[in-house]
Parts: sequence; structure tokens; C-alpha cells
Amino acid sequence: MKKYDKLIFEISRKGRCAFSLPESDVPRVPLEDLIPSHLLTKEEVDLPEVSEVDVVRHYTLLSNKNYGVDTGFYPLGSCTMKYNPKINEDMSSLDCFANLHPYQPEDTVQGALALMYELDNMLSEISGMTRVSLQPAAGAHGEMTGLMIIKAYHENRGDTKRTKIIVPDSAHGTNPASAAVVGFDIIEVKSAKDGTVDMQSLKEALSDEVAGLMLTNPNTLGLFEKNIKEIANLVHEAGGLLYYDGANMNAIMGIARPGDMGFDVIHYNLHKTFSTPHGGGGPGSGPVGVKEHLVEFLPVPIVEKSGDRYFLDYEKPLSIGKVKSFYGHFGIMIRAYTYILAMGAAGLREASQKAVLNANYMMIRLKDHYKLPIEEVCMHEFVLGGLKEETNGVITLDIAKRLLDYGYHPPTIYFPLIVHEAMMIEPTETESRETLDEFIEALIKIAKEAKDDPNMLKEAPHNTPVRRIDEALAARSPILKWQKE
Amino acid sequence: MVTMEGLYYSEDHEWVRVDGSRATIGITDYAQHALGKIVYVELPEMDEYYKAGDVFCVVESVKAASDSFAPVSGKVIEINEELEDSPQLLNEGPYENWITVIEMDDPTELENLMDEDAYKVFCEKEE
Repeated sequence: MKKYDKLIFEISRKGRCAFSLPESDVPRVPLEDLIPSHLLTKEEVDLPEVSEVDVVRHYTLLSNKNYGVDTGFYPLGSCTMKYNPKINEDMSSLDCFANLHPYQPEDTVQGALALMYELDNMLSEISGMTRVSLQPAAGAHGEMTGLMIIKAYHENRGDTKRTKIIVPDSAHGTNPASAAVVGFDIIEVKSAKDGTVDMQSLKEALSDEVAGLMLTNPNTLGLFEKNIKEIANLVHEAGGLLYYDGANMNAIMGIARPGDMGFDVIHYNLHKTFSTPHGGGGPGSGPVGVKEHLVEFLPVPIVEKSGDRYFLDYEKPLSIGKVKSFYGHFGIMIRAYTYILAMGAAGLREASQKAVLNANYMMIRLKDHYKLPIEEVCMHEFVLGGLKEETNGVITLDIAKRLLDYGYHPPTIYFPLIVHEAMMIEPTETESRETLDEFIEALIKIAKEAKDDPNMLKEAPHNTPVRRIDEALAARSPILKWQKE
Repeated sequence: MVTMEGLYYSEDHEWVRVDGSRATIGITDYAQHALGKIVYVELPEMDEYYKAGDVFCVVESVKAASDSFAPVSGKVIEINEELEDSPQLLNEGPYENWITVIEMDDPTELENLMDEDAYKVFCEKEE
């Protein structure tokens, strides 16, 4: 049934239904008596007509097509698709959490507020920041929140000409996008040959019009920005602030702290680093941490403690305001809190160490078969640049498609933009040596196939329900919904 | 990679064909190949003025959205509206299909661009 590809409308048969109700003992009222007739549709509503078992089989078969970290290895670079421990689900489905209402009186939700307060403390400690807002709903939302805080900081000082944000050319696309949304102009700085920020370009970009620099460390090439202290000094001397994109936080937990590196603002991705669901709608969570001088600008409310009592504090006159309805994705906070407690400080550090070890192991084993543009010890991920030897016209896209035939989710491809034919691989710490070896062997086999049978690769995937799609056609003329013929 | 004689080339992989003060601008074969299948071209506005180095056009492919930078300064006097419905023309014939024509106000800026031979060498280094 792997090939099952029907739409619910296609299995519909007139008159078939999934229920059998008793005769109604309430008198029927014409619809027009309840709803003005100009608001009623004139056409018949075309809903699928199916039996209960049809519905169950349909969605079960579709769900079997899902690929997730529970079904296989998922080395999607920069996404940290680590295993989500099931204890997270147990804790978040406890009655005392799952049945809360956000409007309940504070006195009846002291446990939930305590969890938020403690998670704020833990995330502050891990990043070296003073306070953390748990409100932002995901990474890019965290970026927007952090940049609004940076803007509010400068404006509060009367420093109104700081309209620019510096972003390296290796940055996640969300960085310049978020800065533009908040109303900043973007200055892009080039990377040096070793893949880190080019110090000369940075110096030239700095001025009294710069509000801040957004940086990912380790960067998207999986390389640690060794000059971070000097970068922080330069930006601060120019009057700007430093923003830390926490996408790659999985490399440094318990080892290095953005706050100690000189960053003023950070966003986390709980759905990456702290093992909460990622993809498929998550939902995500992008807490934002700040140093002391920015605390007063954090979104309201923030959970505070007075004696033994926790409460939601809205009394922050300089706050940028609310950035999310209620208090953020609380169910996700429970999962991250559970993860941190289950791992402990030593466990988090070990997770980062193993994530880095796994990435380096794969990089070394693959570099004889694939181009490695920057040959350095990597952090938790690394970037290859397509096939090493004669490619026979086989490009990274073909390799990624062929990996589907081997039963894997392919790595991130064509990002970062500064590497030709990029393949960005992030194994995470939760994978065994055997899993890493199997994936490496698949990639080595594909490199051999590129020599022996390049046309087969050009037509991959061969074993999936849908073969190679025309991505250009899909982008230009997408069919977004079912239409009756 | 295909290049063409008689054109000027920028380091950002735009080409310029000069006819008096008219500069016809497109993207090179190298650029279209690196981008992959092009799905959308955001054309410049007519009569808009661009300084050399300004973003005058965005080319979006299945891989990425990529800025194109004006190789010379001047005012936009023509745009290739055919690209709105058929952006793939830039893949099919990068040198036949142009993006815009700019009325140059300083032809000496062309001296900052490369000729065909220099551009070939430049692309080899990029690889």
C-alpha cells in the first residue's frame, strides 16, 4: 500500500456515510429561518462521502508515508532533527498541565508559572544571559522579537539614526528577512576564505548607523567564529549590539555561552536544541534571552516571583509589548523543561560533545568521495560541495533524490549559498555509530553510481511513490487544491 | 560554460552589451547554471535610476532568490516583460534574453568590468 496516493474526494461514493443517527425528536426548522438567505450558498456543498473504515484507512495509509526522526535518520543540516524523548510527551500530557486554561486565576496555576520561571532561569544560565522571554513561537519570530528589542534600546537612548543591521553572507535567510520586517536596512558582509566573518569587511560595514550584527556561532558552515571576542568588541565600540542566532546552539551547550562571547541578545530554538517536535507544524518555540541592559525591553508578561508566589508581571513601561497571544507555546516549554531536567548539566554538555564528534566522524569518512571546501575540524555539522571526482553531470540535487531510494531524508542542499553544490549534514548526538555508518555507505555507493550509471542518478528517485518532480513547474504553476472535474 | 565576445562582464555574473549610451543587461550562462531552473524574475521599474552596485533585479530559482546588481549607473529605459511569464528564457538563452536596458550616464564605469577572456579566468577561479 506504499503506492497509495488517493485523495479523500476520489474514494467518495454517493450516499456512503460513516454514521447512523436515530430519528430526531426536535422539529426541523428551515435554514432560511435561521440564516439570511443571501448568506447561504446556492451550490450544493461537495463533501466527500465515505464510510468510517474508509476514513481510517485513508489517513492511516497517508500517515505511513510520513518520514520522521521516529522512522529514520534525518541529517537535515542547521535543523537539529534530534530524537524527541517520549518522556517529554508523558510530562506535557499530565492532567495538571494539559487541562489548564490560560485565563485561570494565577493562584490555581502556580505550578505552571513555576515551570516557566525555572525554564527562564535554565535558559538564561545555558546562554549566559540575564532573562529570557518564552513568548516567541519559533526561531524567526524570536529573531523579530530580538531585533525589536535592539531597536527599542537604541530609540530609548535617543540614538535614532541606527537603521542598519549587518548580516554575514553565510547567514540563515531568516536573518535579513527578520531585520527587513522590523524595518532595518541590511548590510551583507562577506566571509573570509576560511568560512568565518571577514574582519576587514566587517570593519568597513560598521558605523554609527549600525544597530547591530546578527551572527550564528558556530556558523552555517559548522565552523566556530574564532574571532568572536574581537567581533564583539568592534560592534560594541561602534555602538551596535550583537544578536546570536541560536540555530546551532546544539554544538556548544555547557561548553561555551553566547553571553560570555559578548552577545547581547539570543534566540533559542527549543524544537532544535531542546528535543521538542520539529517540522510538521511543531509547534516551534523561540525564546529570546537578553543581557541586563535589555531586560526592561522584553515582551510582557514575564513570570516573576515574590516570596513563594509566582505571578505574571505586566508592569514594564519600556517593554516592546506582547509578541504572542497568552504566554507562548506552553506545551513545548514543558517538553524542553523535561529534557533539561532529564539530561542535567553534564548530560547537555555530553550531548553537544557527541553531536560534534558524530559530525566530524562523518566528515572525515566522506571527504574522500565528496568535496570538502573548508578542511577544518567542524562543530555539530559540516558542508560538502558535491562529488569530489568526475561528476558526469551529477549534481547535489541528484544525490539528494537518490538518497530517498536508500530510505533517508536527504540533508539540506544548496545552503549555505556561499558553497557551490552545498550539502549540509547534521547527524545530531542521538544517532549510533551503526546508523552513521549505514548513511555514509549509502553516500559512498551513490558516488560510485555517479561514475557507473549517471543517468540512473539523473532520474532518481526510483522507489518512491512520486518520482522526480518538475520543481520549476511546481513553483510556477502550483496546483494547490483539489478541483472537481 | 558559454561566454560571448564583445560583452562586458561583472564579478556578480551580469553581462552588458553596449550600443552608444544604451547598456543592455542580462545574466551570464555561469549565473543561470549556478541558479538552476529560474521560476521568477522581479524586473526593475521603468525610469528608475540605479547606481552601479545597486540591486536592480531579483532572480528566483528552485534553489534560491538571488539579487542582481547594476553593473553600470543609469536610468531604466526598457524592461524585458517577456520574462514575467517566461522566466525560464534566462535558462534557455542567457545571452539572447536580456533583463533591462539602462541609459548609462558614465560610460567610463565600463572600465571596471571584465572582457570575455578575463571573465573566463574569473569563473575558473570561482569554481
